[in-house]
Amino acid sequence: MIKRQITLTVNGRDHEVWVVPSDSLLDVLHDELGMADVRYGCGEGVCGTCTVLLDDEPVNGCLTLAVQAAGHRVTTLRGLMGPGEEMHPLQECFLRRGASQCGFCTPGMILTALDLIRRAGRPTRDEIRYALVGNLCRCTGYTKILDAIEEYADQ
Amino acid sequence: MLTETTREARILAGGQSLMPMLNLRLARPELLIDINAADQREPAIEGGMLRLPALTRHRVLLEHHLIREHCPLLTEAIRHVGNVRVRNRGTIGGSLAHADPTSEIGCCALATGAQVVARGPAGERTVPASQLFAGYWTTTLDPAEIITDVLIPAARPRPGWSFQEMVRRTSDFAIVAVAVTFNLAERSGDRASATVALAGVADRVVLADPGLVDDDPDQTAARIAGSLDPPDDVHASGAYRRRLARVLVARALREASARAAAR
Repeated sequence: MIKRQITLTVNGRDHEVWVVPSDSLLDVLHDELGMADVRYGCGEGVCGTCTVLLDDEPVNGCLTLAVQAAGHRVTTLRGLMGPGEEMHPLQECFLRRGASQCGFCTPGMILTALDLIRRAGRPTRDEIRYALVGNLCRCTGYTKILDAIEEYADQ
Repeated sequence: MLTETTREARILAGGQSLMPMLNLRLARPELLIDINAADQREPAIEGGMLRLPALTRHRVLLEHHLIREHCPLLTEAIRHVGNVRVRNRGTIGGSLAHADPTSEIGCCALATGAQVVARGPAGERTVPASQLFAGYWTTTLDPAEIITDVLIPAARPRPGWSFQEMVRRTSDFAIVAVAVTFNLAERSGDRASATVALAGVADRVVLADPGLVDDDPDQTAARIAGSLDPPDDVHASGAYRRRLARVLVARALREASARAAAR
């Protein structure tokens, strides 16, 4: 297939990238642009490790084509951090509560939780569970993740 | 484009079923036609029908006031579809065209008497949901036809409804799902009527024979379950699916008639 050049706006910065039409957004962000906070997990939209925000809404990076993201705003977890790698307050809560062990699921967890809080304000624990049903964590058993998100939502 | 190419082409809507199939190499079309920019219309009420543009995303179905008001069955069913990310991209037209036999949306389309508007080289036609599904992931539409709208009759006076589903893991594909719409008798002497649709019990979503439905939820459920011959697969045996169908249909009929009576 023929490569073509597109402009991807990621975390407020424009990137000129050459892609084939079948490249997923995940492939381009991770492999071409070196963004380690967007991760391949299942390739089926089930696990949540490739979560990015497309125009502020969480989507599956593995089920979106890179060419579909051209002309839209893409945000990864890194884009929510402050200047000089300053952590987002929800990341601080994750650290404080031990909600991150291997860390593979953490960016997706945080992006999904922030979308929920932006919409619902102070979600109940059950609402958090429901929103995170598509974000798998194999380390923590989820309890500490829920604790961290509740702590942040209370702030 | 579908008529101009001789290559295998697929329409890409929300991509939450087709893209996994591509990633898993279960589908290998030569051409993908992305229609996401083709239509920006919103859900609307027109002549007693809820008109849902085919590209209406699941998140909109879940949150839109017109759907909550005129088809609360769909609002409830969408809660069981995928996860936040899937609902942000997935579309009602794409879901119906994908024709998954465990589809919650297909099940609701049958229970509500929905129709799809399909447009092709020969023009536009309306297809009742009851004639849309042909088998596993297959519709009766012509390969060059595309769904443009879904029309759902707006809830009639004193309607009841229920959606019941059994899954191994929340947000997973349904083992069995049941959607019921229920109308109380308008005048004394009339019979109440219920429409029962099931997912996960055949090669497509199915409507139960109306002749099997009467006033007794348990007997109705037993008759409907007895009429099914669900396939075995890795998720559940056919016998288990039949048993689930019986339990869920009875539960759905009770809830739907209670809702109708309470209004």
